[in-house]
Amino acid sequence: METVKEKKKGTDSKKTIQISGAEALIHCLLAEGVETMYGYPGGAIMPVYDELYKFQDKLTHILTRHEQGATHAAQGYARVSGKVGVAIATSGPGATNLVTGLADAQIDSTPMVCITGQVTRQLLGTDAFQETDIIGISTPVTKWNYQITEASEIPEVMAKAFYIAKSGRPGPVLIDITKNAQIDKFDFSYEKCTAVRSYKPVPKPDATAIQAAADLINNAKKPFIVWGQGVILGQAEAELKELVEKTGIPAAWTIMGASALDTSHPLNVGMVGMHGNYGPNVLTNECDLLIAIGMRFDDRVTGNLDFYAKQAKVIHFEIDPAEINKNVHADVAVLGNSKDTLGLVLPLLNKNKHESWHNLFKEKYKIEFDTIIKNDIHPTKGGLTMGEVIEEINLASNNKAVIVSDVGQHQMIACRYAKFSQSKSNITSGGLGTMGFALPAAIGAKMGAMDREVVAIIGDGGYQMTIQELGVIFQHRVPVKIVVLNNEHLGMVRQWQELFFEKRYASTVMVNPDFVKIAEGYSIEAKRISERKDLKSTIQKMMASKEPYFLEVKVQQEDNVFPMIPSGASVSDVRLK
Amino acid sequence: MENQWFTISVYSENNVGLLNRISGIFLKRHINIESLNVSKSEIDDVSKFTIVAHTTEKWVHNIVGQIEKQIEVIKAYYHTDDETIYQESALFKIASGLLFDERQIQNIIKDNNAQIVTVSRDFFVIAKSGRRNEIEEMYDQLKPYGIMQFVRSGRISVTKDEMKISAILKEF
Repeated sequence: METVKEKKKGTDSKKTIQISGAEALIHCLLAEGVETMYGYPGGAIMPVYDELYKFQDKLTHILTRHEQGATHAAQGYARVSGKVGVAIATSGPGATNLVTGLADAQIDSTPMVCITGQVTRQLLGTDAFQETDIIGISTPVTKWNYQITEASEIPEVMAKAFYIAKSGRPGPVLIDITKNAQIDKFDFSYEKCTAVRSYKPVPKPDATAIQAAADLINNAKKPFIVWGQGVILGQAEAELKELVEKTGIPAAWTIMGASALDTSHPLNVGMVGMHGNYGPNVLTNECDLLIAIGMRFDDRVTGNLDFYAKQAKVIHFEIDPAEINKNVHADVAVLGNSKDTLGLVLPLLNKNKHESWHNLFKEKYKIEFDTIIKNDIHPTKGGLTMGEVIEEINLASNNKAVIVSDVGQHQMIACRYAKFSQSKSNITSGGLGTMGFALPAAIGAKMGAMDREVVAIIGDGGYQMTIQELGVIFQHRVPVKIVVLNNEHLGMVRQWQELFFEKRYASTVMVNPDFVKIAEGYSIEAKRISERKDLKSTIQKMMASKEPYFLEVKVQQEDNVFPMIPSGASVSDVRLK
Repeated sequence: MENQWFTISVYSENNVGLLNRISGIFLKRHINIESLNVSKSEIDDVSKFTIVAHTTEKWVHNIVGQIEKQIEVIKAYYHTDDETIYQESALFKIASGLLFDERQIQNIIKDNNAQIVTVSRDFFVIAKSGRRNEIEEMYDQLKPYGIMQFVRSGRISVTKDEMKISAILKEF
């Protein structure tokens, strides 16, 4: 790339070289700082793979065993590193297999660039072999997408793709490249994109709104902060911490916001939402000021909107103008990057304490601890619980692990009980709820943060949706720790069937294979435990291992996750049993 | 909140696929597009979509937010009928014989301020611009004589207030 970037001596014109579209694509990826990408080859993307072969010393391509795995790995990589994840696939079925990952990245605002091969331009619209309209298919689940039909479009479009994926509210971008555009040669030069007419990624903070927010915060008697992933994406962790410490305001998080503030921080009062903590949910309807930071009032957070924080004024710190008043009316909307807006509001805030208000959260926590948490994480009888497994992982990792969870009961338990001491540590499919996310996402997370311990927490259902990605762990010896919490059921659906469908367990009983043998088939050290006495030592052994490790924990089959806000109920009506 | 008529105006780049992106926003919310028109705007290289939908203010606010978020959209607005000047155009194809046999047809054309666009041996074509109800009235008047073909365009509209797109474009 150095040679490509150099300018000719004595002239302003950029030096160009005649290369194929496929080679140009590799230069674009290198110029954007891509080191690792995930994908699967096929006919319409072969010229690009041929170049990947030539550039394998500079750009690592990981062959996942399914294109969906490539997207989730790219997501895991992006979520721990803050960089853009890259996935690549061929046309037709290769491209359609990316759709779930695109939808997941779209709803969870994950920066990702997906590249697909496409039949040659002359064949477009002829129902050619492996032709599919991936632009049409991916439109609703991408921040932007574009079909390249001429090689010369590649540099500008790729630069735009990376810029759009990572700027403002991040999201997935899909670039479809016809085969002729990969093969044809053109004069290549590359320039990073810094602006797109018609696209304003970050709204300018408005001084009046900042002042109005500060006034509301300074005058509130029972203020309550709920933050989301916007704090992590905006790199505003320090500002959030300063905000809660200066004002003494209790703060809770959405599932996507987890780990932005240390879980042990005294003012961190836990998770909001359907299976969130009791205090934050109930007290949402008692606060006089709700300060929402980088969150979007998802229905799993708010429950029934007709009974959500109706008594409170609402300040909404948000980067995306379309989120303002979408679900909850904001009395004050502070638009902008969370780091900038919190930074601007902080000097205007009075030092304060809200002890008696904070004490209410502590009282509610005690109720929740006595009725639920104690038995979840320190059970003394009965089968193993999911909660005690998470607690042992906290202890063995000193709260430093990246926890990648799949979707279902184990996910809620992992997010409730995992302890985090640094940001970007909770990787989960929050918005889309994609079963099968965790195993490939954990592979990507490990590759995106090689210095960190990565533990995948997966149910026996979701594990079998992307189990083939064990092949990647096997081939590359990716040292992830895989913990399957096996209750022999699709646990969350079974819980709903128990509570709302009179225990008619339709298709939720799992007949599982021998997971240990499967892992061993991939040469991964594997162990199964079912007794409490083996838990601590096995988890310690797993965490001490420098190699990939598979642990199956047989847990109670018909355990339920509580607290729970039943679908359509108010946050005040959170059930403890 | 009650359903009412909204005109959504979208200023955008002229790119392949943007129409699909915009119509998908309606599709996802199960809201029908009642009429759609795409044309050039007052600014060179900037296209204008005029979309009419019958929905609530809450949903039109949501939809316009999502439209404006699309990368190639410069700005989107929504307006009620009171806030805009709007029209539709229609063409009526009628058998030529009727123009001479049915004197009333000429009166209908005159009374409705419509124009004859072309006359040929077999048929003639009447153009009429106006509000939806005006076009429908004329349709009802011509219907008994036999209409060979009829087509009506989507709504086009301009707002009473200024849109300031040029100023917005300078900010990017």
